[in-house]
Amino acid sequence: MGSITRRRALSLLGCSAAAFPLATPMSFASTPSDNRLVVIILRGGLDGLDALRPYGDAGLARLRPEFETGPSAEAPDLTGFHALHPSLAALLPLWQRGQLGFVQAVSTPYRGKRSHFDGQDILEAGTAGDVPNLARRDGWLNRLLPLLPGAHGRTAFAVGRDEMLILRGAADHAAWAPEARLDMAPATRDLLMHVYADDPLFRESAETAFSLAASTGEVNAERTEALFAFAAAQLRDDARIAALSLGGWDSHRNQPREVTRRLRLLAEGIERLRADLGPAWDRTLVMTITEFGRTAYQNGTMGTDHGTGGTTILAGGALSRAKVWGDWPGLSEAALLERRDVMPTRDVRAYAAWALHGLFGTDRAALERRVFPGLEMGLDPGLIA
Amino acid sequence: MTSHLLAIRFGTGLSPDHPVPDEPDALMDDLVGPDVAEAAFPVSDWAQRVVDLRAFVDARRAQRRATEQEADAAKEAVRAQQAVLVRNYGGDLAAALARASIAPTGFRERLVWFWADHFAVSDGQSYLRRSVGAYHDAAIRPHLAGSFGTLLREAVTHPAMLSYLDQERSVGPNSPRGREGAGLNENLAREILELHTLGVDGPYTQTDVRELAELLTGLSISRDGAPRFRRNFVEPGPETVLGKAYGGARPNRHDIGILLDDLSVHPATARHVSQKLAVHFVADEPPEDLVSVMVAAWRQSGGNLTEVYRVLVTHPTALSPELRKVRRPLDLVAAAARATGQGPALPTAGRRVLRRYVAQPLAAMGQEWLRPPGPHGWPEEAAAWVTPQGLAARLDWAQDVGQAVDTDPRDFLEVALGPLASARTRFAVEAAEDRAAGIALVLAAPEFQRR
Repeated sequence: MGSITRRRALSLLGCSAAAFPLATPMSFASTPSDNRLVVIILRGGLDGLDALRPYGDAGLARLRPEFETGPSAEAPDLTGFHALHPSLAALLPLWQRGQLGFVQAVSTPYRGKRSHFDGQDILEAGTAGDVPNLARRDGWLNRLLPLLPGAHGRTAFAVGRDEMLILRGAADHAAWAPEARLDMAPATRDLLMHVYADDPLFRESAETAFSLAASTGEVNAERTEALFAFAAAQLRDDARIAALSLGGWDSHRNQPREVTRRLRLLAEGIERLRADLGPAWDRTLVMTITEFGRTAYQNGTMGTDHGTGGTTILAGGALSRAKVWGDWPGLSEAALLERRDVMPTRDVRAYAAWALHGLFGTDRAALERRVFPGLEMGLDPGLIA
Repeated sequence: MTSHLLAIRFGTGLSPDHPVPDEPDALMDDLVGPDVAEAAFPVSDWAQRVVDLRAFVDARRAQRRATEQEADAAKEAVRAQQAVLVRNYGGDLAAALARASIAPTGFRERLVWFWADHFAVSDGQSYLRRSVGAYHDAAIRPHLAGSFGTLLREAVTHPAMLSYLDQERSVGPNSPRGREGAGLNENLAREILELHTLGVDGPYTQTDVRELAELLTGLSISRDGAPRFRRNFVEPGPETVLGKAYGGARPNRHDIGILLDDLSVHPATARHVSQKLAVHFVADEPPEDLVSVMVAAWRQSGGNLTEVYRVLVTHPTALSPELRKVRRPLDLVAAAARATGQGPALPTAGRRVLRRYVAQPLAAMGQEWLRPPGPHGWPEEAAAWVTPQGLAARLDWAQDVGQAVDTDPRDFLEVALGPLASARTRFAVEAAEDRAAGIALVLAAPEFQRR
């Protein structure tokens, strides 16, 4: 790293390094808030009825005769109505401490075709039902950034190699893929920096890249866990928002096996965040979002197909209490949307908007106009402590 | 030095097999000469891609209907058809790099990539599943040295574009089909004006977009993926675009051709597209006198692209020794394929090699093959590519190639950089602790990353 300090190198991070000239001393105290938000996009469509099983509704066992639905030794009962998927049981201590919650029967305004691509675009764009035009779309977390006083190019991090539309847009933000190896021999690295000495763009990007790679160098974790470890490292520092995605939720076949594995990775990731964030965990909200829920009934291949109403998972010390939010529409045939999907009872964007309001104090009118255009936030569900 | 600048700025880089162009005319000769690169590395055409797609869709349908006894065979059939599509996608990528390696200068390949980006279509579902490479070979490649009007028409009326920008389903509200309830989709009309011709600052209004969308109704796709003019979708005309009326009461696809020809020679188009060419080849902020002579050539020649390119490659400001552009990932990987001599072997090298050294690195660097983020294509500016994350991927790739290439780094430096090599790079490559590190440093050097 030569004479460049890590802090100075870090200040160069971001899509447009020019926004952070070296001459400006970074004030690390100048952050929008001490609260943190982690948004995890579950790509493929999480089966909410499997993650949080509303066994108290007799419809569940009727629609899913071959799935495990009830509480058991492995699937703890949370509310007398909902049981936790066994792979999430590792998070039970969080529930007991009031740091785990759920929102049931939510969805984006997207209806009809149940396409992953359109559904994810709308989820990340944060717009109403129409698929945003490809050329002009940006993401709701990006539109939030200008509303955060003191926000800078490191306030929000896109973590991982997946493109994160949710952070795309005009506001400066940072991105890093912890899977970058950068395992260059020290002598070669010195030679490289010698080669880059006269080229500020390459020199500064390389300094930041080596610094970021070093900050996760000790993370001896699988690929997925490395995403969470890296996010935690940034949030401990001066980042306040991290967005990352986990794929593999499109469980048309063999759902018990597939979803079990994915949920375990998610639970491990949340645990890793908690462990690595330390005291900052108490000021953190983790929120999963997914493009749609899945059919209420199981299909012919031990799976579920694309549906509508789904479930959001909430975790963190910033959560007000352990609770399942959201009106339950029921699973009787008449209660289902088009006789197949959980009927959404509220727009998932309303919960996201109230979370932003609670964490960062963002003005309600700005949330309804700028971040989620046209959203009616409705009553405050009180997610944030 | 000038020759080497021509080779990297307008071609696919330096090569152990091809001399650098001794003057700008060599680029132009290559462009108007026979397309040896495509002849050597052909890929299957659009019609065949649609056959492959249908076979895949049919196999999936058969799998859904299969009885328990048929299930294994049906699954195998889907897998086989899926493999065909994956081979098409990888085959397009391998062919692109092989062509860039053997082309005399690579100017044509660079123009194919430029225009494929200008008329961007992204890999996706339906007709666009692993088929976009065939769109490039059909609509872009044969037409990039003629009139812009022809190129425009071929690109925006190709089924790939009609599918990508939803034109196939756009129906005039007063057409026979529209009276049954189908409606207009403005997507293609808007992008033609905003991206393909006049530019976002061009002299058009929302009314022009709407009228153009009505004029474009009828452009659609047949079941076998060919262009099809659906007369019962056509909004009865005329439609007024930029103050001129096109079409009449009877559906006639020729009216669309006349409109596109008019747009192709519009002064705003000449400026927008000349500026874009100069930004792509010369500098993120190109010299204004370069752009203005290109515009003049465009207008004098009625949009003859060869005349515009000739001005571009011969203008003194286009040959400034400063390397102001950063190679996009595809350009970078192709230059390495050409300099290492490995490019021609890629089409037969196997999927694993292609993934490890080309496809995955491209995605990690931010330019996944055939998947631009939208109809506006990939970013141009250096800062969009040389981010910490993007550069880390470039360095990882350089190290991997360094491990795989069996050449003396000092020799490789002469082939890949020649007189472009800086004193710093020469020193570092000499001092590298092993052969692989030396090769990696050549590939990582600004003189190789830039052009």
